Amino acid sequence: MGPEWQAVWLTLKLAAVTTALLLVIGTPIAWWLARSRHWLRQPVAAVVALPLVLPPTVLGFYLLVVLGPDGLIGQLTEHLGIGLLPFTFEGLVVASVIYSLPFTVQPLQNAFAAINPQLLEVAATLRASPRDRFFSVVIPLARPGFLTAAVLTFAHTVGEFGVVLMIGGNIPGETRVLSVAIYDHVEALEYSQAHWLAAGMLAFSFVVLVSLYSLNSRFGNGVVR
Amino acid sequence: MNRGAPNEGAMNTAMGIEARFQCRFEDFALDVTLTLPGTGVTALFGHSGCGKTTLLRCMAGLQPAQGRMVVNGECWQEDDFSLPVHRRPLAYVFQDTGLFPHLSVAQNLHYGYRRIASGARQIDFDQAVRWLGLERLLDRMPQKLSGGERQRVAIARALLTSPRLLLMDEPLSALDDASKQDILPYLERLHDSLSIPVIYVSHATGEVARLADHIVMMAAGKVTAQGPLQETLARTDQPFAGEDDAAVIVKATITGRDDRWHLCLAEFGDRQIWLRDDPRLSPGDPIRLQVLARDVSIALNRHRDQSIQNLLPARVEEIRQGRQPGTAIVRLVSGDTPFLSQLTSRAVEQLALSPGMAVWLQIKSVAIVG
Repeated sequence: MGPEWQAVWLTLKLAAVTTALLLVIGTPIAWWLARSRHWLRQPVAAVVALPLVLPPTVLGFYLLVVLGPDGLIGQLTEHLGIGLLPFTFEGLVVASVIYSLPFTVQPLQNAFAAINPQLLEVAATLRASPRDRFFSVVIPLARPGFLTAAVLTFAHTVGEFGVVLMIGGNIPGETRVLSVAIYDHVEALEYSQAHWLAAGMLAFSFVVLVSLYSLNSRFGNGVVR
Repeated sequence: MNRGAPNEGAMNTAMGIEARFQCRFEDFALDVTLTLPGTGVTALFGHSGCGKTTLLRCMAGLQPAQGRMVVNGECWQEDDFSLPVHRRPLAYVFQDTGLFPHLSVAQNLHYGYRRIASGARQIDFDQAVRWLGLERLLDRMPQKLSGGERQRVAIARALLTSPRLLLMDEPLSALDDASKQDILPYLERLHDSLSIPVIYVSHATGEVARLADHIVMMAAGKVTAQGPLQETLARTDQPFAGEDDAAVIVKATITGRDDRWHLCLAEFGDRQIWLRDDPRLSPGDPIRLQVLARDVSIALNRHRDQSIQNLLPARVEEIRQGRQPGTAIVRLVSGDTPFLSQLTSRAVEQLALSPGMAVWLQIKSVAIVG
């Protein structure tokens, strides 16, 4: 596999793993944010949204510190025998999960908030337990939200650069993702290679968004809100 | 509906439903203690905001409240113990139906049905579908249904959980008149053939008159009157007696027909009353008649020189001040059947009406409600 394809493969793998993890982590957070009236709701919502406003380098810097040998989590991972996370693929996954968290949580939160709470009461009177209600009513009704969340998270992870550079560096096959590869080519004035990758990403992003919109409008026709 | 099935609750039905709830809100407190019959339809009746829906939600466990709920010998809530909603063997029909928009009619019906152990099912899927006339709607999505059709699906879905108590929260109020007429016959059949108790929230006198056996009247979170429908509606101290649509219900049987004048004869006790003919009626049919207090007037003698056809001998039982100044509400009994009459206070004085007096009731019009 050439270095270019290696970068493509690594990027897709990172985005897929991040998206899968975030759907698992983000769903309960989004559900809680959509339904709870707890005083912690606003602070938690703000923390979730931080990656939207922070420069990626700031996030990457703090992650580097916390995950590094002197950081709290770094010491923990070393103690557990996992070793240090910075400059590894796993470290990139951790960083991406945090960096893309709002792109999962916010669409899900909106989708959950749009569900008529009476439908959950109806389900309860039809003998569905809370867990059963979540899987048989909430998830199907929030399907467009899940799709949006997955696509945005995937695409956003594919496009990340600052965080990767800070925490992952540029190790081929380990942390050298597409955006870093493009940067390298441009630095080295290899514009044709840079074009090849950049155009590929542009086409990819366009295809992703077009399919998202058309899928969502198809679901939208079937479901009255 | 489950007439043929052995009724294990038969022994307990006499125990009825006990409901006691207290809960406080910012602007309103519910404080209710009720003992209701374990069969038939009980109407929770009152103006909007009186707490009848809150009470229904308390019974279902949807609204957390202090209290006690025992249904035909089965305790659902007491002291610190409270069954969660999904463990209470009840069904709830919501005002705006609550059909799942992502499921077809058939899938909506199956939602509750498949969550009931097959041994505990007392109502068969096809039976419920036939019952509510849903055969041709099964593949449709809820948003393609009319209001009346949606409510029929919601009722069938509720019945398919084989509930031991059916709670209905103004199931007709969101419907237009045509849809109401479409759905009332189904509710009546439900009433006639279902052995499970039904608690029906309503603020419409017509629906209550047509469907209920028992009535609980509520105002400001409290019960103001309760009892068998016919008796309770004819009480002068019940909160609706002084109002414009105060009415009594008369249970009668069709006994004859006059083709020349397009009238039919209804009998209750040993009294008879003429009704406008209705082609759907035939001799022997039991019917419910609604007689509005404002359509009943009183005469001391039997006048034949006037237009009102229905004259009944009666006795004055009670006279009470009406809600509006200058009005009075009079309770009369003809045979065993109570009536209310709304008069002006001046008429009461001019006729010198007093309890025990023998008079003639003149009934200007009667509505057949069921």
